[in-house]
Amino acid sequence: MGAGRQHAQPAAQPGSCPGAEPRSKPGAHLGEQPGPQPAAQPGVQPSGRAARRGAGALDVDAFLSAHEHKSMLRFITCGSVDDGKSTLIGRLLYESKLVLDDQLAALEADSRRVGTQGGALDFALLVDGLQAEREQGITIDVAYRFFSTERRTFIVADTPGHEQYTRNMVTGASTADLAVILVDARKGVLTQTRRHSFLVSLVGIRQVVLAVNKLDLVGYDEATFGAIDEEYRALAGALGIPDVRAVPVSALVGDNLTSPSPNTPWYRGPDLMTILEQAPADPGAHDGPFRMPVQWVNRPTHELRGFAGVVTGGTVRPGDRVRVQPSGVESTVARLVTADGDLPAAEAGRSVTVTLVDEVDVSRGDILCSADRPAAVTDQIEAHVVWMAEQPMLPGRRYLLKLGTRTVNATVERPKYRVDVNTLEHVAARGLALNEIGVCNLGLDQPVALDPYTDNRDTGGFILIDRITNATVGAGMVHFGLRRADNVHWQHLEVDADAHAALKGHRPAVVWLTGLSGAGKSTIANALERKLHASGVHTVLLDGDNVRHGLSRDLGFTDADRVENIRRAGEVCKLMAQAGLVVIAAFISPFRDERQMVRDMVSDVAFVEVFVDTPLEVAAGRDPKGLYAKARRGELRNFTGVDSPYEAPESPEVCVDTTVTTADEAADRLVAHLGAILRHG
Amino acid sequence: MLTHLERLESEAVHIMREAVAESANPVMLYSIGKDSSVMLHLARKAFFPGMLPFPLLHVDTTWKFRQMYAFRDEVAAAADVELIVHRNPEAVARGIDPFTHGSALHTTIWKTEGLKQAIDEHGFDLAFGGARRDEEKSRAKERVFSFRSAQHRWDPKQQRPELWRLYNTRKAPGESIRVFPLSNWTELDVWLYIHREQIPIVPLYLAAERPVVERGGTVIMVDDDRMPLEPGEVPEIRRVRFRTLGCYPLTGAVDSEADTVPAIIEEMVASTTSERQGRVIDFDESGSMEKKKQEGYF
Ligand SMILES: Nc1nc2c(ncn2[C@@H]2O[C@H](COP(=O)(O)OP(=O)(O)OP(=O)(O)O)[C@@H](O)[C@H]2O)c(=O)[nH]1
Ligand SMILES: [Mg+2]
Repeated sequence: MGAGRQHAQPAAQPGSCPGAEPRSKPGAHLGEQPGPQPAAQPGVQPSGRAARRGAGALDVDAFLSAHEHKSMLRFITCGSVDDGKSTLIGRLLYESKLVLDDQLAALEADSRRVGTQGGALDFALLVDGLQAEREQGITIDVAYRFFSTERRTFIVADTPGHEQYTRNMVTGASTADLAVILVDARKGVLTQTRRHSFLVSLVGIRQVVLAVNKLDLVGYDEATFGAIDEEYRALAGALGIPDVRAVPVSALVGDNLTSPSPNTPWYRGPDLMTILEQAPADPGAHDGPFRMPVQWVNRPTHELRGFAGVVTGGTVRPGDRVRVQPSGVESTVARLVTADGDLPAAEAGRSVTVTLVDEVDVSRGDILCSADRPAAVTDQIEAHVVWMAEQPMLPGRRYLLKLGTRTVNATVERPKYRVDVNTLEHVAARGLALNEIGVCNLGLDQPVALDPYTDNRDTGGFILIDRITNATVGAGMVHFGLRRADNVHWQHLEVDADAHAALKGHRPAVVWLTGLSGAGKSTIANALERKLHASGVHTVLLDGDNVRHGLSRDLGFTDADRVENIRRAGEVCKLMAQAGLVVIAAFISPFRDERQMVRDMVSDVAFVEVFVDTPLEVAAGRDPKGLYAKARRGELRNFTGVDSPYEAPESPEVCVDTTVTTADEAADRLVAHLGAILRHG
Repeated sequence: MLTHLERLESEAVHIMREAVAESANPVMLYSIGKDSSVMLHLARKAFFPGMLPFPLLHVDTTWKFRQMYAFRDEVAAAADVELIVHRNPEAVARGIDPFTHGSALHTTIWKTEGLKQAIDEHGFDLAFGGARRDEEKSRAKERVFSFRSAQHRWDPKQQRPELWRLYNTRKAPGESIRVFPLSNWTELDVWLYIHREQIPIVPLYLAAERPVVERGGTVIMVDDDRMPLEPGEVPEIRRVRFRTLGCYPLTGAVDSEADTVPAIIEEMVASTTSERQGRVIDFDESGSMEKKKQEGYF
């Protein structure tokens, strides 16, 4: 039974001015307000520390106005495992009298059941809300909590310290203005402290509060605090974090959280809450040039064609000249439409519907920009990438990239370097593993409008999405757009596909055979080519082994190299098909993603994926080249099916079970399948 | 600078536009409560002057307060509203009620199963819900765009990273997304916004004299004659109101004199208990909300 029950009796409400307010019906409160009253007295300010309880008379409109005009600060707590982040937030809420009676009763019961403090209040349980977190006493995912004092409102994101859950820390950090970094006084600055500090600087947080925690466990020793403060400042300096303030605390006991602690007479600075109340709220992109990614084209009537979105930079007014990126078309703002009437101006953060003077082509994914200072347009970018998936980032692989309201295909190149979070050194890397951070170029399949991340988080931050699992696998921060693609223009080809087909007497196609080593791909490919050739079809056969002797001679068998090998093979298929040939390609091609990539690359031509389905034991039993035996003896690394995975196709055009079909029969089936394709494409 | 409520409003509008732009068949879960009222109001703002680009779905249990049904029917009468009401036919056939079957089974069959049925039946791929992160500690952990498997399950350990204002809305066929535009609102924000925007709400939120009985510390309103009284139990008339609304046998009232929205705000500012305390289902066991959500509860 829940702990709430004993306390379920609601506190009788103080007779808050019964009868003083006129009755009102729902939906008609405002008109029935008594006339203006003096602003609320400090004593009845409802949401302050200590002031939260026991309000007397309250002027709701004055209260609303005061509440409305408080500034807001978004901050995170971060740092290494068990440094006390969740305890700190729980304690801060408690000290601010923001934990209500029934929640406190539940906390008492939870602390007895699963607490880490021997039955005494375990404040982390106020924030660690998932079953798994409470059982293990750790934070797994970010928790968002809201509170306010007389001065401002806060959104705090409590993030996990475990390296495994770094992506959840990044989620919390991406929208924060300030970071409270905790360090356990007994342990000092750890690898995770460094990693989190690096991420904090990377996402553009300029203010850090270093909370040296668990001072109760080191006898409130000033020297310990001083040493950690010094070490941390060196790190912050190296990271370019301009503003660091250090405060000695004990989250468990409550020292220096909401009032100065008698346990640290040597500390003369402000308590944590005071620091948070006084920290400048991030001005965001208010000063920058106007930006508004278009979310939705609102066309309710013939008269109105509005572009809905949130202003993510600068301010816009009717009469302003704007440029639509990436198309580059310009027009002038006519109206800023909202349900509450047209606005004279819309500043960063506001959702509006913009209408333009001219009939220009604008759709979701475009960015409305100030005409003087428009966002750059490019299909090549350099960016910091934080990798957030178990599956490593592989150069050459294609991902979906979402920036603003536009989603495009992106190919990541081999990282220029990876950052070692301990030393901040740049290290050579072939890809990025879970939680690694590096700098890479990305090629996009169409131009997008963007800004450097340091100028605007909304038009300079992007996510990468896995095309098969749909998971968010990476986060990126744009350094700048590269101009390279602008200078290499596509040459128009005069002899086109129809002309090639007319001369050859058939349409081109790509027949892609995939399967384990020894599955029978090459045998079937040869049989197929013989049959097609005999009936006058122009063919070319690309065999994986042969390509590896030439075009891909420089590649090995790591995941990254396999991806690159298939990319090259795909490009060759595309060129051959352009020449009008029927391309027969036989590659192990173990990854679904790359087979999809080739399919997309040759999208103007019929693509026939053939799964040569041979069970591993059968292929290993055949072992025509003796490779399985070698791999199993450990003499050959990264061998598909042995110590490297094979992802079977989910819906191939043709599936050949070689345990019941001969190569000749398989080739006949393929010829039949190709019949209509070669006639009509 | 935007004010606090303007910021929240703008964020909710952005979330709704994003969700509608990137889904094929969206729906708004409409529970008749204050959060639903606010959400509907925000939706009208988001697509103004256009029509609402999605229907409302009420997953009914037949056990809501009578005033809620009256209010719902008024809302449904508006020209821009298309309301779908779903009642789990199995629950109807078996006559599931909270008294004989208990609150847990009642909630599972009517609400959790009912919601899944409605989503599957209409092929909705995205559903807006009015949940807020300040309501409950497992809600505080949930993303704004919260992904559900084809079996409608929420996996709290596999949530997608959600950075900046970028929401990954990709999903495979059969999977769906729950979207919570009010994630960052508190109960106080909701009331202040209702006050500022004069949003209509069910009168049950305002104090009035109502017939109630007290059971296990919870004050239950006797809303109709389906409620079996225990031997010797006599309903008394008390001045009460409700902080949340649901099935009347499962919703606790509080003694109150607050019969206007400003008075509610004033009372809430002075309050020492949270709104969920009035919900019987939350008391069943600690962590029950997370479990219910994993099974597909909203
Ligand atoms: N003595 C003492 N113990 C503390 C203090 N702060 C936290 N603890 C204890 O340290 C342990 C870890 O605290 P948490 O708040 O869960 O740590 P965390 O940083 O949130 O951990 P993760 O989120 O899992 O990375 C708990 O047992 C706390 O009670 C402190 O100031 N003094
Ligand atoms: Mg924690």
